[in-house]
Amino acid sequence: MAEKTLKKVDIIFAEYLVSPYKILEETIKRPKNEIIQEILDSGLRGRGGAGFPTGLKWKFGASAKAEPKYIVCNADEGEPGTFKDREILTKVPRKVFLGMGICAFVTGATKGILYLRAEYNYLIPSLNNELQIFHEKAKLLGLDFNITIFSGSGAYVCGEETALIESMEGKRGEPRNKPPFPVQSGYLGKPTIVNNVETFVSASMVCRIGAVEYKKLGTEDQSGSKLFSISGDTHKAGVYELELGMKVSEFVEEFGDGDTKAVQIGGVAGVCVPRKNFEATIIGQGSSSGGSTMVFNSTRSMYNVLHNYLEFFQEESCGQCTPCRVGCQQLLKGIEAIKAGTKPAEYLNQLMKLTETMKLTAKCGLGQSVGNSFNSIVTNFREEMIY
Amino acid sequence: MADIQVLVKELVNKYGTKREALIPILQGVVASERYLSSEAMIEIAKELDISAAEVYGTATFYSFLETVPRGKYVIRICRTIVCEMNGKKDVLKILEEILKIKVGETTMDKKFSLLETNCIGWCHQGPAMLINDEVYSQLTSDKVREIIQDYIRNK
Ligand SMILES: Cc1cc2nc3c(=O)[nH]c(=O)nc-3n(C[C@H](O)[C@H](O)[C@H](O)COP(=O)(O)O)c2cc1C
Ligand code: SF4
Repeated sequence: MAEKTLKKVDIIFAEYLVSPYKILEETIKRPKNEIIQEILDSGLRGRGGAGFPTGLKWKFGASAKAEPKYIVCNADEGEPGTFKDREILTKVPRKVFLGMGICAFVTGATKGILYLRAEYNYLIPSLNNELQIFHEKAKLLGLDFNITIFSGSGAYVCGEETALIESMEGKRGEPRNKPPFPVQSGYLGKPTIVNNVETFVSASMVCRIGAVEYKKLGTEDQSGSKLFSISGDTHKAGVYELELGMKVSEFVEEFGDGDTKAVQIGGVAGVCVPRKNFEATIIGQGSSSGGSTMVFNSTRSMYNVLHNYLEFFQEESCGQCTPCRVGCQQLLKGIEAIKAGTKPAEYLNQLMKLTETMKLTAKCGLGQSVGNSFNSIVTNFREEMIY
Repeated sequence: MADIQVLVKELVNKYGTKREALIPILQGVVASERYLSSEAMIEIAKELDISAAEVYGTATFYSFLETVPRGKYVIRICRTIVCEMNGKKDVLKILEEILKIKVGETTMDKKFSLLETNCIGWCHQGPAMLINDEVYSQLTSDKVREIIQDYIRNK
């Protein structure tokens, strides 16, 4: 067997060999539960960050009783270092609407909403053109499904699915308690299937090539391929579709600048992997990620990196729960105090304990995940935090 | 009727009076007035039959729903890590120099406001900024000068 190297894949952005509308037409001739089974078998997991099995979500959506049902495409893409959803919506929007159309067919949803972050407003005219074509085709196929665009207004936390729903309902984008999950009670209290932009494309590609073919890519734990947004100290910044299951060392070999010191995987909500762990770490394992990979070389101060992350969190915390609101502020003040020498180095341990508390008590993924980058940076680059 | 009443009425006709209409209405006011004045928020509250505090509470949650007057062109420069690494500070300095304002301020002629924002999804081409909905990436000092001069002269 050939030595394993990084495998570039071309499914998501591939030219339309078969028109998306043809795929829609073929797919909706099949029994609904067969389509759901195909997606379950593919092992596809959500590409928005939480990594929930997509087939299962659609199955819950299909069995939900209330009407109408909503399908939301999450294009809030606010995770620092992520820009693949923008690239999808620019290059292959048809595949996104295809995925939403199939989802509508299997779940019986009649209304679709594309939640587009305000920063991507410039895409609205071209997306509306595509939607017009989509609606004509859907009508011809007898699919009662209409998609509208909801434009966000600049808040990272609105990417969290329940905050996103609150925001569509005209409220502050503050996450709700779960359960109930959106598939049970979402937008206006109705069953709502929320998926990431890329998830819809991947689901539609599973329908086209079949679960067996799809599963040939990736590993047992993570099947298929996925888009990676690559930036930082690299000569090849951009969006790449890569087979899942690669080691950080393989990634750095291909994308690093020869002097890579650390790689931030999964955006600022993810972990920072130091050089000594490149060989032992598989990208995306355990906590799945939005596919943001930021590369840092040895000229970078990890204190500055962490400081920048904490400013981000402090500002984007919705402030609804105390551990996150106060925690983010204290972490930022804390590392500043240590750097300034007004707090001893041991104070770092206390701050790490604080992130544990946040993980246990914060209401949503934002507050819960601050500790991922904080602890991985502080543990691996402790000297840089102090001196 | 005052202008703002007319505008709110128009938006309400377009989006309805349900609570779900609130954000599109607020966005509509910002698009035409550049910010949400208290009069506008009170008017919206009346039309939607909710308290003005609800409207204000919602508006202030979102960074793109301005509640202070802004210039015709709002410049939002990305301050997140990769843009920062790629020279955002220099770009910001040039902007402050040309426009003679600091972050958070608006030029005397009300043409430009300068703000910082979090990741706008152009990390691979940083430093990047938005001017209203328009994206400008791979910024250098010269490029920024050219862009702003063009806005000053032609827009
Ligand atoms: C703070 C926060 C921000 C999030 N931002 C996004 C986002 O921008 N896009 C996205 O698809 N999911 C985001 N998510 C995840 C969503 O809550 C949700 O899990 C996802 O949209 C479900 O789609 P998927 O199963 O296809 O991944 C975010 C979660 C949290 C906690
Ligand atoms: S964890 Fe943070 S962002 Fe999430 S609900 Fe609590 S305060 Fe809001």
